[in-house]
Amino acid sequence: MTTQRIGIEVSRAIAIAAKLANVDVVSAYPITPQTHIVEDIAELVADGELDAAYIPVESEHSAMSACLGASAVGARTFTATAGQGLELMHEVLYIASSMRLPVVMTVANRALSAPLSIWCDHSDVMAVRDTGWIQIFAANGQETFDNVLCAFRIAEDQRVLLPVMIHLDGFYLTHMVEPIYVPEQSKVDKFLPPYEYPLPLDPNKPITMGAFAPPNIYTETKKAQQANLTAAKEVILQCWREFGNFFGRYYSPVEGYRCEKAKVLLLVMGSLSETAMSAIDTLRDEGKEVGLIKLRLWRPFPFDEIRRAVRDAEVLIILDRALSFGGPAGPVCSEIRSALYNEDKKPKVISFVGGLGGRDISPDGFKEIINRGIEISQTGSEQEFEMFGVRE
Amino acid sequence: MEKYAVFVPKLVTKRENFAPGHRACTGCGEALAVRLACKALGQNVIIVSATGCMEIVSSPLPYTSWRVPWIHTLFENTGAVASGIEAGLKVIVRKGKRPAKEVKVVVMAGDGGTSDIGLQALSGALERGHDFLYVCLDNEAYMNTGIQRSSATPFGASTTTAPAGKMSIGQVTWKKNMPAIAAAHDIPYVATACPSYPFDLMAKVAKGAAIHGPAYVHILSVCPVGWRSAPDLTIRIGRLAVETGIFPLYEMENGKYKLSIDLPQLRPVQDYLKLQGRFRHLSEETIKEIQYRVNKEYAKLMEKVA
Ligand SMILES: Cc1ncc(C[n+]2csc(CCOP(=O)(O)OP(=O)(O)O)c2C)c(N)n1
Ligand code: SF4
Ligand SMILES: [Mg+2]
Repeated sequence: MTTQRIGIEVSRAIAIAAKLANVDVVSAYPITPQTHIVEDIAELVADGELDAAYIPVESEHSAMSACLGASAVGARTFTATAGQGLELMHEVLYIASSMRLPVVMTVANRALSAPLSIWCDHSDVMAVRDTGWIQIFAANGQETFDNVLCAFRIAEDQRVLLPVMIHLDGFYLTHMVEPIYVPEQSKVDKFLPPYEYPLPLDPNKPITMGAFAPPNIYTETKKAQQANLTAAKEVILQCWREFGNFFGRYYSPVEGYRCEKAKVLLLVMGSLSETAMSAIDTLRDEGKEVGLIKLRLWRPFPFDEIRRAVRDAEVLIILDRALSFGGPAGPVCSEIRSALYNEDKKPKVISFVGGLGGRDISPDGFKEIINRGIEISQTGSEQEFEMFGVRE
Repeated sequence: MEKYAVFVPKLVTKRENFAPGHRACTGCGEALAVRLACKALGQNVIIVSATGCMEIVSSPLPYTSWRVPWIHTLFENTGAVASGIEAGLKVIVRKGKRPAKEVKVVVMAGDGGTSDIGLQALSGALERGHDFLYVCLDNEAYMNTGIQRSSATPFGASTTTAPAGKMSIGQVTWKKNMPAIAAAHDIPYVATACPSYPFDLMAKVAKGAAIHGPAYVHILSVCPVGWRSAPDLTIRIGRLAVETGIFPLYEMENGKYKLSIDLPQLRPVQDYLKLQGRFRHLSEETIKEIQYRVNKEYAKLMEKVA
């Protein structure tokens, strides 16, 4: 079999990526819009196409906990969740990163209850921002597929040994049928070597995992973890370079679209960037100097790349798909603003929150956001940030 | 008895896989239970501990008491962590990524970690039929956090969150029957044990580990701190729990129940209660109520055994 381009639902492509990665253990609990991913993996296992243990656990807390156990004995481990499921995993997520268990997880981004919403936004992501996972946002199906493969390689790199989340927007991506390049197994095997965990639980070499830290040592463990996650960026960049050399598609932490001489920049994460691109095209046709920035690497945060990407603009408009209730801006905007604060040369940063709970933003919507953002940059706003598309 | 003591060291391995030097309190029944269980288990195990006294006393960085592979992650998820280890081991051995070797996955968790916050993960693991042994170390309260009540705390006991007072006798609910809940999952092996009966305990742990499929051993473990008892009475109090019928020792194997010790006659519960400060406030009437309940529960068990 050679590389094929097939029309396929993105969830199904993720299952194929997990199969090509030859995962050993998948432990998951169903939640919309993640279900197709895990159903497809269960099917691959049932049909004997993937030799793995599929553990149908009784909750997401247990899904991630079983991943910890599997990873601790040296199994390549995968799971997927969304929204409430990610929240239920919350405390377990810290264990995976702090104990350096390289679990890979796709998150079908979903709004948080209440009111219940199965539709997309990034509230679930933002609530797990500080859990110590490497976090990558995909903008389309191919990016999702490619980055699931990359995730295993990054996570299992001996210099990293950290869990990785691949974020993809619920429904907008999970349920989308897209043409996706699926490489042949032998090529994936070359890109993703078999996994060897350096210190698995093994009676031949007993180790203690998860000891507790008195105050005289806790800070040092956290310093080490912070250094480890920050240093992972180099490995991520290297992995993306090599992925590009292997498969011809290159990724970077921050990507610009029509940013040449742009005075105004719009920044988004996830699938909305595809729509935003067409808004940028129209505005460029109208002669406006606008460009788009896609933020792909969310953790570790790509400070240098962001600073470089926006330095020459006058206005930077950031659209968040999550609220920080009572806070200064959307979470992405807050971070970028603080990353720029001490820079001598920096744009004005304007915050919008929109696209909550599956609310669509059309190309015209993006035009509106950009125009209003420019207006705010000149006249100011009465609010710290504005919510876009709220029906009065 | 004296003569027997001469032979004891010959019957039991000298190797301590749960090493001395841990920080458990004097007279701790749980530490003793863990030590005996580790002797019975040998070295081909992976132990999964829940947050709780035994985890804390055994693992302050950079020290460890564990001479076998050991993992602690959280309080309520040991059933799931064990599931992942067991399933993971099986598949990587099958795929040739790890040499084939019998390794038993063994959970150790307190009564809180078992019958309260960890019940869901445990139930899931039992129901899915993972090949593992679950050992519940039951000291009848959340001791690690300071003697708060759990659903395994006995009726009438005073704890810090169900204290005895003018308007309360302390715990007003009857102890949750955790072994019966485990057995209701139709697993092949359930047993109760107590370190006051060390050989019985070791035999049950060894049997639970040898059985294919989920096994559950519930160990009553005296906690002098939480029970407000003299540390040198730990063994005696454990025996009295059994001799009064408050904590009968039995096994359930493939649905068949068997008493481990046949007691011609039960001692009055008062013999057990009076040695513990947590029951000090109880009136004669309440003690009668406890006696009535113990007799009734014991009779129910005898029906199963018959
Ligand atoms: C989610 C969560 N809630 C609460 C705690 C606090 N906590 C740690 S140990 C413990 C009690 C342990 O009781 P038990 O399981 O009976 O074990 P013991 O200490 O009595 O041996 C509690 C409440 C925690 N660690 N995690
Ligand atoms: S508090 Fe009780 S169970 Fe905990 S270590 Fe001390 S004696 Fe043992
Ligand atoms: Mg307890």
